[in-house]
Amino acid sequence: MTVRILRPGVLSMLQDRGRHGLQYLGIVPGGAMDLTAYELSNALVGNSGGEAALEITLLGPQLGFEQDTLIALCGAAFDATANGHPLPRDRPVLVGAGTLLATGRAKHGARAYLAVAGGFAVEAVLGSRSTYLPAGFGGWQGRALRAGDALDLAPDAEDLAHARAEAVALRDEPEMRLRSAAWSAPPMTLPDTDPIVIHVIEGRHFASFDAASQEAFFDATWRVSPASDRMGFRLLGPALARPKRDEILSEPTCLGTVQVPADGAPIALMADHQTTGGYPKIGEIAGADLPRLAQLAPGSALRFARCTLGEALEMRRAARHRLNSARRGIALKFHS
Amino acid sequence: MQPLRIEPLGDAAVYAEFSVSLDLRVNESLQAVAIALRERAPSWVRDVVPSLGGLALHFDPGHPEIPSAPLEAAIALLRDRLKATARNPAPDREVEVPVCYDAEFGLDLEEVAAKTGLSPAEIVRRHASREHRVLMVGFAPGMPYIGGLDARLSVPRRATPRTRMPSGAIAIANAQSVVYPFEIAGGWSVLGRTPSKIFDPRRDPPCLLLPGDRVWFKPIARDEFERLK
Repeated sequence: MTVRILRPGVLSMLQDRGRHGLQYLGIVPGGAMDLTAYELSNALVGNSGGEAALEITLLGPQLGFEQDTLIALCGAAFDATANGHPLPRDRPVLVGAGTLLATGRAKHGARAYLAVAGGFAVEAVLGSRSTYLPAGFGGWQGRALRAGDALDLAPDAEDLAHARAEAVALRDEPEMRLRSAAWSAPPMTLPDTDPIVIHVIEGRHFASFDAASQEAFFDATWRVSPASDRMGFRLLGPALARPKRDEILSEPTCLGTVQVPADGAPIALMADHQTTGGYPKIGEIAGADLPRLAQLAPGSALRFARCTLGEALEMRRAARHRLNSARRGIALKFHS
Repeated sequence: MQPLRIEPLGDAAVYAEFSVSLDLRVNESLQAVAIALRERAPSWVRDVVPSLGGLALHFDPGHPEIPSAPLEAAIALLRDRLKATARNPAPDREVEVPVCYDAEFGLDLEEVAAKTGLSPAEIVRRHASREHRVLMVGFAPGMPYIGGLDARLSVPRRATPRTRMPSGAIAIANAQSVVYPFEIAGGWSVLGRTPSKIFDPRRDPPCLLLPGDRVWFKPIARDEFERLK
């Protein structure tokens, strides 16, 4: 009962909602970079418990399914085929045993999530199935997938696949050896403008930057550096300067903290961010915008728009409401 | 103990700052406050993270019970727990960390000797003959920031960081020691290496050193290093 990795892609690994409550031990939450697309992918296969899904990045893997499996692919738009036919995205798809799923390049966005009914069956480490690459634990053997890996699915995955496929009344696509829903979930996090606009609250040390840097932070168009990863997005643009270079005692950092090291190039901290750091914080990205930021590929552009804490909280509420509405709508399909 | 300020860290955390420079007594009190908060935090508080001079509360922004004004709720929570923890000291643990200070592992002993005017043997003696204390576990899983360094050993960070520190490397900078839990980049001066596993995700607790622990570095010979590894 496995999914075979025929080609791994550039960076494919298991992620879930993350490992929480352990930052006082230096253990970062991690988890899916685009939590919205991750949650949608799980909802589309009938999962609701934060099951591990496959996070695929920029250039996706080729997978061989050894049993009937209910899958959903959400997030970035990848060229994806099942047995050579285009794979429908953002909807439940029942792939038959022997299906070859090939994902190519991300055409729009950077990260997609492949969820399977019942989730990928790996052991939880410190309460999560998320892969944490720097220390090599969690997920599948603590690392990104390689050719030849065989990922186990839940023991009842095939039964779940058929029962849930029955519930959502998939239509047949016989020549493709798969069945898919006639409806799809709306993608919520793909880059919508170029540059995309990311809301940010002034950080704790914003006032310690000089006036030109404060302005430049909000006026510049920033590009995501190729040196970016799941820890942080390095941003290319004007150098930001602090006139008084006082030492900052190492203090807690957050998902979405924008810190500025001595070289003046800001770094937006992402899912695998360090738990503490001593660089000045120029901004804190509104939580509602983080999943969209996670969809930027290296070289893509963004601008920062100033917002207040109140506005950020309101955006979070609205984003949560949108996601929950979508999940409820999907859940209804499984129960109708 | 009263915070200097309590500020939001974005829309899902607050930071209470108690000191802007390193103060060992403030840091010690912080550990007790953090433990009290962690033991009785409401379910929407996801993480309580003490650092060198303050502590952060991270919220679960999707939690159904999160208050509509989480910042105000967190501030009230902090003020309440600060009152309660005055009579509730942190647990007292003493941990011995074996260290091989041989030249093979003490990559920067000569450099520190040149900077301080002390011989390598004297550097080791001063590092291993006093009690240190864990001020924070942070940056990377299980990575302890340890205070109490002999003032004569204070050296600035190295100009060029190493891209890969050996796992278990004991290093110093300014007034602190760290132990690198696995191979990561680092700019501190390496005095030696411990065979002990600083971080093991399958051990309970996963970290050898916890915030507030009293630490003694115990010099060991090369063959003992191999035996303990």
